[in-house]
Amino acid sequence: MIHQQPRSWINAWLLLLPAMSLLALFTHWPAVATIVDSFFSTPKARRQSVFVGPDNYHQMLSDPVFWQALSNNFWFALGTIPTSIALALLMAVWVNDRFPGRTFVRMAFFTPTVLPMIAVANIWLFFYTPEIGLLEQVRSAFGGRTHNWLGSQETALAAVTVVAVWKEAGFFMIFYLAALQAIPPNLAEASTLEGASRWHFFRRVQFPLLMPTTLFVLVNAVINAFRMVDHIFVLTRGGPDNATTLLLFHIYMVGFSFWDTGYAAALTVVLLVSLAVLALLQYGVLERRIHYR
Amino acid sequence: MKRRQFIKGSALAAGSLIAMPSILRAQTATEFSFFFPVAVGGPITKLIDKLAQDFEAETPGTVVKPIYAGTYQETIVKALTAHKAGAAPATSVLLSTDMFTMIDEGAVVPFDDFIKTDEDKKWLQSFFPAFMQNSQTGGKTWGIPFQRSTVVLYWNKELFKEAGLDPDRAPNTWAEQIEFAQKLTKRDASGNVTQWGMQVPSSGFPYWLFQCFSTQAGAILANSEGNKIAYDAPAVIEALQYWVDLSQKHKVHPTGIVEWGTTPKTFFDRKCAMMWTTTGNLTNVRSNAKFPFGVAMLPAGKRRGSPTGGGNFYISSKAPRAQQEAAFKFTRWITSAERAAQWCTDTGYVAVRPDAFETPVLKKYAEGFPQALVARDQLPHAVAELSTYDNQRVTKALNDGLQAALTGTKTPAQALKDSQAEADRLLKPYQRG
Amino acid sequence: MATTHAVDQGSGQYQPKGKGLVLETVAAWALALIWIAPLAYAVWAAFHPPEFSTRFDLLAPLTLKNFARAWEAAPFARYFLNTFVLVTLVLVSQLTLCTLAAFAFARYEFPGRGIIFALVLAQLMIMPDVLIVENYRTMSKLGLVDSIPAIALPYVASAFGIFLLRQTFKQVPRELDDAARVEGASGLQTLLKVYVPLGKPVYLAYGLVSVSYHWNNFLWPLIITSSVESRPLTVGLQVFSSSDQGIDWSVICAATLMTSGPLLLGFLLFQRQFVQSFIRAGVK
Repeated sequence: MIHQQPRSWINAWLLLLPAMSLLALFTHWPAVATIVDSFFSTPKARRQSVFVGPDNYHQMLSDPVFWQALSNNFWFALGTIPTSIALALLMAVWVNDRFPGRTFVRMAFFTPTVLPMIAVANIWLFFYTPEIGLLEQVRSAFGGRTHNWLGSQETALAAVTVVAVWKEAGFFMIFYLAALQAIPPNLAEASTLEGASRWHFFRRVQFPLLMPTTLFVLVNAVINAFRMVDHIFVLTRGGPDNATTLLLFHIYMVGFSFWDTGYAAALTVVLLVSLAVLALLQYGVLERRIHYR
Repeated sequence: MKRRQFIKGSALAAGSLIAMPSILRAQTATEFSFFFPVAVGGPITKLIDKLAQDFEAETPGTVVKPIYAGTYQETIVKALTAHKAGAAPATSVLLSTDMFTMIDEGAVVPFDDFIKTDEDKKWLQSFFPAFMQNSQTGGKTWGIPFQRSTVVLYWNKELFKEAGLDPDRAPNTWAEQIEFAQKLTKRDASGNVTQWGMQVPSSGFPYWLFQCFSTQAGAILANSEGNKIAYDAPAVIEALQYWVDLSQKHKVHPTGIVEWGTTPKTFFDRKCAMMWTTTGNLTNVRSNAKFPFGVAMLPAGKRRGSPTGGGNFYISSKAPRAQQEAAFKFTRWITSAERAAQWCTDTGYVAVRPDAFETPVLKKYAEGFPQALVARDQLPHAVAELSTYDNQRVTKALNDGLQAALTGTKTPAQALKDSQAEADRLLKPYQRG
Repeated sequence: MATTHAVDQGSGQYQPKGKGLVLETVAAWALALIWIAPLAYAVWAAFHPPEFSTRFDLLAPLTLKNFARAWEAAPFARYFLNTFVLVTLVLVSQLTLCTLAAFAFARYEFPGRGIIFALVLAQLMIMPDVLIVENYRTMSKLGLVDSIPAIALPYVASAFGIFLLRQTFKQVPRELDDAARVEGASGLQTLLKVYVPLGKPVYLAYGLVSVSYHWNNFLWPLIITSSVESRPLTVGLQVFSSSDQGIDWSVICAATLMTSGPLLLGFLLFQRQFVQSFIRAGVK
């Protein structure tokens, strides 16, 4: 290594200073402050904020909405992460081939990325609306039972999950497409010489080579599973009876609608801890892969 | 939806003076600013601008600065933020249900402080009593009604005729409502409903629509001190049972949650024959319904009933006395019979005082559009919109219970018992006084 | 990493033929039609009168009135300006800060490098989006609430950007660096003359992702802004979904097309370059 003298340490630190100070101010400090705040009560006009120890956490244990948000978020993550990754991969494999209208298809897959969720959610609301919605119109043409997708507890969460998958799969596709095209063509040639089927080639050659991409996409999908709540504001506002309340949406309600900042902090800590655990798991794998290459 | 949302102030809202430069500039003896809950650029802003100019012309030496603050939710956030920064606008229009929050935060002064002459006293008595229920507590008046609404029934006269019903008569009672709705519900060969008899929205803020049922069943949900609620009283359970039965038993109302936002469109598309929604929708229905429609009072259970809704004028406790006085004068001026009548014809909101309906402006309007009078006729039966301390959470407790019952996961009795328990817990700190 | 193969080689030997191709084409088209349905509907509803927003009648008259109504419903010109200022501010600062930090991580040995890099990566997971409550508090202490910098600041130091650029810079051959140094270039000059030009595709790919993210970001701007002077388009769009009167899809769709038009158009025009830059960037 060439830059090892103390002077270059200073240079390195100076290069890092702007980014690190902003990270400290808006990521590290607030994360720590959230933990501290979660042990204090919410200040009111007539009552100062006081240290309450684990009270906010006790409140959380007996808050059924929190438990429901946690379980909803779990199912939402389970519904979005594998589905959107698998679909992204499928889309990428398809548009990597040559077929009529490939440009249009690729564009179609990517459009959700450039449309604002808050506006598009209104369009999905039209799709899901009973009596007059698009799904209902399709159903009445083909027969079958009519269903209130967003208005019943069994399907509301699935309906908002579909919107999330729709939103992110095309974005992930781009990463897979880039990675697929970077695979040297001679690998496919060699593989055909051995008489391997396409499926075999995909399983044994392409998929392993795509592993770093999959991990990268996985990180993003996990994050999105915790931060995609824009569409909830329009589609259900967390209803019916909290069936679609995700953790971040609950934090928003508690913090900015009930103005209970102490409790909101405690909820945020839970979210942070979940993310940190997942981060550690993934970081281990991710770093190893990158060194590997 | 934001009109229903509601904010509990806290130090988190303690914002900066920098965010509010326009208020600071407005703080001179004769100049005061005024927060109005509407998004910038709409037609309402022009009406308010005009009113402010007229007031200035009639009251020399006073300058009114309207600030368009967005939705009700955004307006109260801004008002409380400004209050904590010590630079509040002298007056704001906020939800009538914000009263307890504003008192809790010490952000408002009662109007009683400004009532001096007999004329003032007469003015304070001139409003519909139903609107004053959300404006008074503890013997004092904290808000003056301005843009207010109630829930009414809209019906499609064509579909009534098709079903063999008198197109000019809406159902009068709960029983009749079911009977009409049954005639109005149509099914296709495979049993799917192609046209619903009726639709009552239950998304976002179902408590407001539910208050119609509960009032009609003879129940009152909260006390006037805002610290006690009765969600699990027998009459309330009966009311919820009626709503649930409309879809589960009588099958004349869609199952599950009915979205507020899509209900008018469903009505326009002839997919439901009767809908319950706000009088604030009158202008919208008038311009978008491609068929003759009627507007009626909600059917009676034990009695008729609907909650009121909408916004009141409040006066800030932080503004200098001279500004408060000027704001008071402005409030008095803008709620006079003539201007209330004009506001009603321009916007479709209910005029807030009975004598407004005797003015030539409103008489002429009602001649051409008699549906506009229904809201007034229903007002004697109207009650205060549900409002308590920690309002947002206490109403959420009810919303959750209502949605659970409507989606069939809990019985009405169980759902309301759970809501009651949650609300009791929330209100405990406020019951010691 | 910065692979530059013959682009668009397709799947080469495994390009499907005959029946397989037909099957794949049909499947891909079917999925694409589902994926584009919301956009297609937006176009339908925006260009037809409101009574046709839920009825698909080929003979429905065309109109531009919805766009006029949407434009009048809120000060969109101002919102466009705000969004434009916002994404520019975010992008320029992100690129600058991330380049500097990535260079330090890629080419300097210094005590604590591992720990600091881990601290950066922490933000990959703990994104500003979840720290809304505390960040609001910080902004109000800084007196920045309701300003465009307040929307931008939490996102400026981007772990994603630092990580991506570090990977890119690490691939730059050491000889190029040494050659520049021999000619007497300082560290910063080397960065500008050697590293930044080689990272161009990464900058482009990252830039596009960043712009589309911040153009469409909603929750944080909703919380931190309250006036016309600072609100971006997404928050302005909310006017249409929060009304007493219920939803008017025609006007919402017109507003959606109007506000995402520039991005959509940009993507359509530069679709090829966009995908290429991702391929060259080797973001994987």
